[in-house]
Amino acid sequence: MSTATEDRIDFYPTHEADGIRFRRGRPLPFGATIVPNGVNFSVFSSSADSCTLVLFNKHEPRPFAEIEFPREFRIGDVYSMIVFDLDYETLEYGYRFSGPWDPAAGLRFDKTKILSDPYARVLGGRDVWREQPDWNDIYQHRARLSFDDFDWEGDTALEIPTKDLIIYEAHVRGFTADPSSKVSAPGTFAGLREKIPYLKSLGVNCLELLPIYEFDEWENNRRHPETGELLLNYWGYSTVGFFAPKAGYAATGRLGMQVDELKNLIKELHRAGIEVMLDVVFNHTAEGDQRGPYISYRGIDNRTYYILTPEGYYYNFSGCGNTLNCNHPVVRNMVLDCLRYWASEYHIDGFRFDLASILGRDQNGAPLSNPPLLESLAYDPVLSKCKLIAEAWDAGGLYQVGSFPAYGRWAEWNGKYRDSVRKFIKGELGMVGEISNRIQGSPDLYWYRGPTASLNFLTCHDGFTLRDMVSYNGKHNEANGEWNNDGANDNNSWNCGWEGESTDPGVNALRRQQMRNAATLLFLSRGVPMLLMGDEMGHTQGGNNNSYCHDNAVSWLDWRNVEKEKELLRFFTKLLAFRHAHPVLRGNRFFEHRDYVGSGKPDIGFHGTRVGQPDWGGASTVLAYLLCGKHATPQDNDIYIAINMYWDGLPFQVPPASDGKSWRVAINTSMRSPEDIYDSAGGPRVDSAEVIVGGRSIMVLVA
Amino acid sequence: MALDIQSTVNANTARIALSGELDGSTAPKLRETVDKILAGKPAQLVLQVEKLTFMASAGLRILIFAKQKQPNLKIYLVKPQPAIVDTLHKTGFYDGVFVTDAEPAGA
Repeated sequence: MSTATEDRIDFYPTHEADGIRFRRGRPLPFGATIVPNGVNFSVFSSSADSCTLVLFNKHEPRPFAEIEFPREFRIGDVYSMIVFDLDYETLEYGYRFSGPWDPAAGLRFDKTKILSDPYARVLGGRDVWREQPDWNDIYQHRARLSFDDFDWEGDTALEIPTKDLIIYEAHVRGFTADPSSKVSAPGTFAGLREKIPYLKSLGVNCLELLPIYEFDEWENNRRHPETGELLLNYWGYSTVGFFAPKAGYAATGRLGMQVDELKNLIKELHRAGIEVMLDVVFNHTAEGDQRGPYISYRGIDNRTYYILTPEGYYYNFSGCGNTLNCNHPVVRNMVLDCLRYWASEYHIDGFRFDLASILGRDQNGAPLSNPPLLESLAYDPVLSKCKLIAEAWDAGGLYQVGSFPAYGRWAEWNGKYRDSVRKFIKGELGMVGEISNRIQGSPDLYWYRGPTASLNFLTCHDGFTLRDMVSYNGKHNEANGEWNNDGANDNNSWNCGWEGESTDPGVNALRRQQMRNAATLLFLSRGVPMLLMGDEMGHTQGGNNNSYCHDNAVSWLDWRNVEKEKELLRFFTKLLAFRHAHPVLRGNRFFEHRDYVGSGKPDIGFHGTRVGQPDWGGASTVLAYLLCGKHATPQDNDIYIAINMYWDGLPFQVPPASDGKSWRVAINTSMRSPEDIYDSAGGPRVDSAEVIVGGRSIMVLVA
Repeated sequence: MALDIQSTVNANTARIALSGELDGSTAPKLRETVDKILAGKPAQLVLQVEKLTFMASAGLRILIFAKQKQPNLKIYLVKPQPAIVDTLHKTGFYDGVFVTDAEPAGA
């Protein structure tokens, strides 16, 4: 049979030029696709006059061939061609487009530039992290072919129910770059793979990776004016190619095997029961504004890919120079194709969309009431089991927490959760009513969507770490070289009495307690909790709340903290186990405040220091509540949570336990380790009708 | 860099001894050899790689190709250099082959 296929007439060349044999290609799919005997190249441009395919041998400074697409190879606005006899392993390809130079009309064609394929699945040029690129190279980000021959051994996406997720937000490089990680390939996918046992023992079941699409760590690189430290694009929120994994994150990137190394990491994470979620950046590209480089989109079809002002300049809703024109049908399809590719070819379990509100703006930048891209993603047949999580705001002033167009599918980073809980923990007044909503999964925001729409977090890469949140009142970003002008000012943090590292035992004890309070609220709240890498071991950035440019100890995890902060790590590990053990903490519907299973008590009941008397007043800093386990499963325990954010200890009257059982202490954040947390079934019995909950602390009882 | 290939087929076992560098430019030669050998449907493919100093993606892809073409084929890598074993580990190919210090028993 295969011979019959190979004999088909359409697998033979019809043209020859420059010693290269080729024929008309197929317009779809876009990108470079290996077909019998050759490679099909297909690329779109709505306003070019002509297009030339440029072929290189790997690392060679000059192309070995340039083939202009004959007129009959263009169908509609798509140029396609099959080229024969290419060496798949050593080929690098790009395009030249010629067309009008008319910036006011949004046209910026420049035939001298060699451009990457927007659908390139492998990109060379930044193969090894931080290795100085050849700035004279005429083609910086070189498209290569990829092979879909990885042996997945039956692996698929895990499809863990959203309600059961515990997300761990991590930076591939920062996670193991520090020598203290003791992995064989620090700062890479392979290095991360060696730390899977750590993630598993911590109890997280979803790893959310900061951008791993190819980006240029050298973009806007500079030296700190005083220290001389090299500052890079370390976070990577600036996409060069949406379909290609970051080569510099692979120890085998030098060999061009980043695709395999990443797939191997994902396969191994899945084996350990850990999902993989990607932080994806579709709001802008690395081409910046009119002063930026030509990488791909600008030179192929500027006014299709970008939102332009009437004068032909770039709208900057991303704060990064340009804005991808996501609701143009062609760009929308590119985004869909891209996510489908990652879901099918890399077995990715979910996506977190950076500045997602931009995805809901029309081609003039105005917010849409029914954005077609968000709708398409929500109903896409390939992505139907993928988690979709929006950062529901953008840098153009759109803030959609609670109102992001969801189509029953989208969840949101709940910025209000972060802000309210931080304020409550530092003792701000008037927060109790607000907090009661946040711990229930924010029904005030998501009443028609359910609690799994609420991605609860207190810290993320963008802002203070947990330890810095209790150690600094203000940001300390001097090391960023922008005179401390960058980074957020509304941190809602409290230093517990001293700015920065302290030797005062009282200050340090309070910080320990406050970190435990924050963690306890986060992991006992309904919704989906997310933990920032390193918070479980007290990682500090020295008060820097915007570490985007630091490829150094500011950002890198110091693994010596596993030992130094073992009490905190133990607390987190047991707390995550507690959440996994009690389904009543993780429901996918909101509490109804009534008894609908006949257990004799409502699914949630609020109390104060007196049973049945919550104090919602503006001066209150106290809240207690009881979760009825039987409303989740017949076997689950009741859980009583007493929160005292007043500065001194207070007696709390404890509601009677059900079925003649006794309450046992599960968590008491005012106690030192190991009495701060017990196994999921609880520790010492509580026989009294009252417990003293220490100042600024939380007590959790189970029965 | 050159790649030297010596192959023999014995009952169910095919042997290939490789020395030099296996990269994009030399891989097609090996691919041709493996193609020929697979036509005889051997049960085992034993690659003597002690003198192989470098193996690029192109080389590994030939092993994958052999596995895909004949899923029951047992592939042995005899005495690979540490850098090659390391690459196999990092890219997940290690599980698909047997890495040994000596010729497999019965071969």
